[in-house]
Amino acid sequence: MTRELTYLEAIREALQQEMRRDERVFLVGEDVGTYGGAFGVSLGMIDEFGADRVIDTPISELGIAGLITGAALIGMRPVGEIMFMDFITIASEQLVNQAAKIRFMFGGKATVPFVLRTPSGSGTGAAGQHSQSLENWFVHIPGIKVVAPTTPYDAKGLLIQSIRDDNPVMFIETKLLYKTKGEVPEEPYTIPLGVADIKRPGKDLTIIATQIMVKRALEAADELAKEGWDIEIIDPRTLKPLDTETIIKSVIKTGKVLIVHEAAKTGGYGGELAGVIAESEAFDYLEAPIIRLAGRDMPIPYNRNLEYHTVPQVEDIIAKARLLLEGKV
Amino acid sequence: MAINTTQPLPDHWGKDDARKALKLMHTIRGFEEKAEQLYMLGKIHGTMHLSIGMEASAVGSILALKPDDYILSTHRGHGHCIAKGADLKLMMAEFMGKEAGYCRGRGGSMHIADVEGGNLGANGVVGGGIPIAVGVGLGLKMQKTDKVILCFFGDGAANTGAFHEALNMTAIYELPVVFVCENNQYAMSFSVQDAMRIEEISLRAAGYGMKGVTVDGNDVVAVHQAVSEAVALARDNHAPSLVESVTYRWRGHSKSDANRYRTSEEIEKWKQRDPIQRFAATLLKENLFSQAQLEEIEQAAYADIEAAVAFADACEEPDIAGIEEGVYA
Repeated sequence: MTRELTYLEAIREALQQEMRRDERVFLVGEDVGTYGGAFGVSLGMIDEFGADRVIDTPISELGIAGLITGAALIGMRPVGEIMFMDFITIASEQLVNQAAKIRFMFGGKATVPFVLRTPSGSGTGAAGQHSQSLENWFVHIPGIKVVAPTTPYDAKGLLIQSIRDDNPVMFIETKLLYKTKGEVPEEPYTIPLGVADIKRPGKDLTIIATQIMVKRALEAADELAKEGWDIEIIDPRTLKPLDTETIIKSVIKTGKVLIVHEAAKTGGYGGELAGVIAESEAFDYLEAPIIRLAGRDMPIPYNRNLEYHTVPQVEDIIAKARLLLEGKV
Repeated sequence: MAINTTQPLPDHWGKDDARKALKLMHTIRGFEEKAEQLYMLGKIHGTMHLSIGMEASAVGSILALKPDDYILSTHRGHGHCIAKGADLKLMMAEFMGKEAGYCRGRGGSMHIADVEGGNLGANGVVGGGIPIAVGVGLGLKMQKTDKVILCFFGDGAANTGAFHEALNMTAIYELPVVFVCENNQYAMSFSVQDAMRIEEISLRAAGYGMKGVTVDGNDVVAVHQAVSEAVALARDNHAPSLVESVTYRWRGHSKSDANRYRTSEEIEKWKQRDPIQRFAATLLKENLFSQAQLEEIEQAAYADIEAAVAFADACEEPDIAGIEEGVYA
């Protein structure tokens, strides 16, 4: 049976169902217990599972990352929470040097199955140290998988799959999506990692968008549809491993690509997507250059208007898409 | 304190225990001397960190454990690996980068691990293993076992943020963890006297509400007694504690060390406190073994090492076809 849940509730339901199914699964992070997590994702969970499985930590991000690494190494399936993605910088030693490499360095004889959940993105007025989108740091680290769902349905299915995956998985939640609603089945289900989703089929232009930009791209496509344009929107859902096949097929069909993400453009995920397309058989079908629309190369500012103009908005996507659609690039 | 012998043997140590401890110390020294030679001959590449002079610390600590307890080791971890019961053949094969090695030639000296044997790995990052101990300890507690995790690190690691976060977390969660700080006087070239304003690193334990003791790390009996008490606290009371084992590395930090930061007089002074000679002197004094029997024990250790070298020499190199195996599960 399906019913409407918010993105946040879908994540909570995935955690609850996995913790009921498998006693090795537990949640650990700052203020995840009675407080319910900074955004309320784990609200009430301590009542069902107790403080032994919904574990509050001191302000010790490196410790949290080490904790989930060590527990996973001896057969537990921990889910860690880092309150803001910005703070993952503090946890990075354990993630990059330890968790990501242990299995390989030990000759494949160890397994580190954990999920590290963390919310990313701007739009909350929280300025430079609480608004970053650092997903590409981890996309670049072999040994870690990176998942970034954008709908309640995807969030639940991908989180359950991530918990069951035998690798370290960075599960990136989008703050601005927490309150968005969608149909979610009540029973547990999984969505495989590495399978993109076509959020809107179309034939005139492919927009590949991640995180909050999926929602904005959909709004942009609706606007452009009023002018008769038929836009296809692809949400990779997992940034690593990436479903290159769905992307290449779409580009072959439309011949035009706009890549949209929130993170700063230079060194961002868009470069990887553009590279994948340029190296593929889709190259011969391109009717225009591959265009990236991304965050400016700057920290997220505090002022509401400045913040708004730092990352792509619906009207920016419409403007860029129109250039491509009208053959002006 | 006499520095030519160790403390008297405890009553519960029989002849077999004493033989085992002495042979392990000879094995560690002999293995490292052999590894050093093979490095000079180009049969082992990269770098390595030798623990010659520190054998009592590894052996005294690990003999306080049961076989199914865990350890986390350091970049100077050959002694820990051997004392935990590693197969010298597989260890030497790993040093030579062979497929038959513990890590299939992917880890080498600095990342050697024997997960099945309870060695959760050496570590290339100073302090890198300490946060992992939190998770292993928590996992063991959640699994309701009576196993403990013994986490080695050095004086240098005691100045990392990882040390602070991890010791505090093990204390608040009451985890079965024993921290053994092998204070060998130098973090690469930076001396303990310059790096901290306290006489004993074990004093830091009080800051986490845990017990801390400092012990003569070149006295295998003293180390064993101190760590045994710490293991009992961890196993029976889930009380983590910190044992500082004061010792000295005779060799440089790594293969690039020209010893510019210390005098040959200082090195000579510490060689007078050779942990192996001191223990052998105690065994003679207590009439457990004759001089001839002591020599037999030493020769048996060296024979094992020769067999390991012969085995490793004959092993195959890893196949390039499998180069990416183990990155992901």
